[in-house]
Amino acid sequence: MKPMVEITNVNKYYGDNHVVKDVSFSIFDGEFLTMLGPSGCGKTTTLRMIAGFEEPTNGSILVGGENVSDKEPFERDVNTVFQSYALFPHKTIYDNIAFGLKMKKVKKEEIKERVTEMLSLVQLEGFEKRMPSQLSGGQKQRVAIARALINRPKVLLLDEPLGALDLKLRKQMQIELKRLQKKLGITFVYVTHDQEEALTMSDRIAVMNGGILEQLGTPDEIYEKPKSKFVADFIGESNVFEARVEEVQKGALSLRTETGTVTAKNDACVQNEIVYISVRPEKLQFSEKEVEGFHLTGVVKEHIYVGSFIRSIVVLQNGFEVKLNRLAGSDLPPVASVTNLYWEKEHAVVMHSRQHQIFSLIDNVDLGEHYETETAL
Amino acid sequence: MKQAKEKIIKALGKIHAGLILLFLYLPIMVVVVFSFNTSKRNIVFQGFTLEWYGKIFENQRLLESFKNTIIVALTSTVITTVIGTIGAIGLYKYKFKGKGVVDALMYIPVVIPEIILGIALLSIFAIMKMPLGILTLIIAHVTFSIPFVVFTVRARLNGFDPSIEEAAMDLGAGRIRTFFEVTLPCIMPGVLAGAMLALTLSMDDVIISFFTTGPTSTTLPMQIYSMVRSGVSPDVNALSTLILVGTIAVVVITQGGLFSLIKTKITKKKI
Amino acid sequence: MKLKQRFKKSLPKLVTVSPVSIWLLILIAIPLVYVLVISFASRSPSGGIEFAFTLENYGKLASADYLKIYGQSILIAFFTTVISIFISYPFAYHMANSSKTKRTILMLLVIVPFWTNSLIRLYGWKTILGTEGVLNNLLMDAHIIKEPLNMLFTTPAVVLGMCYTLLPFMILPLYASIEKLDRALLEAASDLGAKRIHSFFHVTLPLTSPGIFAGSIMVFIPALGYFFVSDLLGGGNTMLIGNLIKNQFNTSQNWPLGAALSIVLIIVTLILVKIYTKVGGKIDDLGVA
Repeated sequence: MKPMVEITNVNKYYGDNHVVKDVSFSIFDGEFLTMLGPSGCGKTTTLRMIAGFEEPTNGSILVGGENVSDKEPFERDVNTVFQSYALFPHKTIYDNIAFGLKMKKVKKEEIKERVTEMLSLVQLEGFEKRMPSQLSGGQKQRVAIARALINRPKVLLLDEPLGALDLKLRKQMQIELKRLQKKLGITFVYVTHDQEEALTMSDRIAVMNGGILEQLGTPDEIYEKPKSKFVADFIGESNVFEARVEEVQKGALSLRTETGTVTAKNDACVQNEIVYISVRPEKLQFSEKEVEGFHLTGVVKEHIYVGSFIRSIVVLQNGFEVKLNRLAGSDLPPVASVTNLYWEKEHAVVMHSRQHQIFSLIDNVDLGEHYETETAL
Repeated sequence: MKQAKEKIIKALGKIHAGLILLFLYLPIMVVVVFSFNTSKRNIVFQGFTLEWYGKIFENQRLLESFKNTIIVALTSTVITTVIGTIGAIGLYKYKFKGKGVVDALMYIPVVIPEIILGIALLSIFAIMKMPLGILTLIIAHVTFSIPFVVFTVRARLNGFDPSIEEAAMDLGAGRIRTFFEVTLPCIMPGVLAGAMLALTLSMDDVIISFFTTGPTSTTLPMQIYSMVRSGVSPDVNALSTLILVGTIAVVVITQGGLFSLIKTKITKKKI
Repeated sequence: MKLKQRFKKSLPKLVTVSPVSIWLLILIAIPLVYVLVISFASRSPSGGIEFAFTLENYGKLASADYLKIYGQSILIAFFTTVISIFISYPFAYHMANSSKTKRTILMLLVIVPFWTNSLIRLYGWKTILGTEGVLNNLLMDAHIIKEPLNMLFTTPAVVLGMCYTLLPFMILPLYASIEKLDRALLEAASDLGAKRIHSFFHVTLPLTSPGIFAGSIMVFIPALGYFFVSDLLGGGNTMLIGNLIKNQFNTSQNWPLGAALSIVLIIVTLILVKIYTKVGGKIDDLGVA
């Protein structure tokens, strides 16, 4: 697959504030790529640099093989769908959608044809004469999408486009957007802080945090094989244990945590290395007896009924609360009883990258500084 | 008991409001009434006549000063609105060295007594050897009304979503195109309000005009100022009445929406 | 190449910001500095300016005659401000408590008089107050008075004219602050047992004081300079600081002295504005809009 967007060593400073830190990645032609991360992680800034609203402090951005770094937004073959929709309040829906073509001086008849086509694509036939203020949120969103897509951009940038919609409508629009992207085959770069949205819609996800690209991969990879504690925590839920590698065997690791011994699949670890192990709540299991390779006990604090499953909390000796999701109806140890915990060794993800290790040691603090000192060295 | 008290307070409020309005309109009513007075002196009302309205057109100096007033007001309003609007946008969007100074300068005409700006402008025109006349008047009027345009436009910009401009550029509109197609229409109400304010300030100004006007460029206020001590002839009353009616008409037409709104509300109430 | 690009990037900034900045610099900053310079110069015999540094002008300002005029001018401005507060507050309160339609109408009615030149309106007052004026005629016809009252060309007439011209500048900020007042606070006060009068003094008045301060600044400062009001209604019997400055630049042709007077007036203004911001006032509330 050929890359449509190539971002190479891009940095962005606002004064002394380093908001995007040496980010490099490629986006393939026809791909649905999502930049995911908490607010302030640099995802929107990265998107805005692709659009041309912001200029990278250094680094280069290529769209369709062409360096666009010093091109104005109106000179780029990309279009944006804004979080606030940014419809022109004084223009009708027709004029809003036709705007881009008018700027390109496309013939009137063709504009008319293409606007009609777009309106039917987003199922808003008959809305031509209305003003934006007369539309609902979902309808405005469709107009915003139509207005961008009518220009047949190489890349469509979407900045949290569903953020202002209610849950039900958002779910519906997610499916519609994905369908639209498949149908048109246009590259979509999507920004969101909603991990569920990212997982359901994307071909690949770029997880960002503190200006750094933490991990880039398919939803599956991101969810099943998080490369850092941040990714493990941010995507879905996870129990993260800090552990020391006790023994390295052929297929498995024996690890010692503060409160017991656990097992994970061997993932190129060295003895005595400090690693993090991430286990999803649904992968953790109760056992009356000790399971081979595991010595991990705790007291059942509570069971919470959450509809399709039951959420259990088990407190370990050091006070760490382990989360388990079990199917409703399965056998559960009673509250206040002591229970053993275990998992299938392939369900535990071992994270041992040195760089990420540093980050995960300091939870939720300014990660930038540490990164900078590291690169400075 | 409580309700009765409430009613009395409301009634007193209404009476007071009525008295204030009477206070505000009394001198205007006097001017209007005396424009129909047969007596040449504005002292006793003797009888009804339209004579003075015809006399306006015989009074060359009055007509000339009226013409000057209109020229100065319109020209300075256009210049102020253009500079003020693009200035407001620039000051709203960009940071630059010395921005604090520009902001501070903007408040000066609003806060300091007008007479200071008047003499300051007079002094600077004197060094620049600019003869006082229409040109100096226009420059002076632009100077004191720029801040008011900047403030009203800026207030409008505060409620303006910057993504709308970005959207236009994203869709292929250059900066100038974006300004005319998108930004300007969106802030138009603020621009018009600013222009109205500039026009009003210019037409009403006495103090700054007093210092920056020359013998060939007498404006209506200056003409009146020179006549007022000896006594104003009733044709001035007539002209003032016409101007008042004219401005009210302009406002009613431009603010037509507002008035029709009030009207529909009133009729709704009746139903 | 790099330089050209930089220029291209900052072009929108230059185009939008320069005209207004340059205008304000040349026509406000420089003239005011020049006034400061003149204030240290002296008057040449022919009425021009001689640029030799002197403090003489400032020395003259302390003469007894001038001090009397400052006192009178400040007193007039003070009374104008106080009277304006008392008559505007109930009106603004009534306005803020009216229905939306009525508010708009009242607001328009306050603004409409501005559309007639203030000189014309003051001339209207002259017609009313004169010895043979409307008011005297009415009172004599009604046999309330036998001799016409001497109302015109007195200090109270000047105060009346000032109040009249400056009233909207008091009403509008007062209205803005009363309108912002959260009604729930008054209900809370009465719920907690405060009588109407108590809740007025303990809740309404403190919370609307920013409006009172803003209005006071907007009335007091111009009242020091509105020379045409005293010219018209004071008939030369009442001198304001404004008249004094005007005379130096006009009839006496003593610009340096007038400049020194202006500098003093600027300082007084700045002190007042400083006090205003100290008590929590916002500069932005001082605009007409």
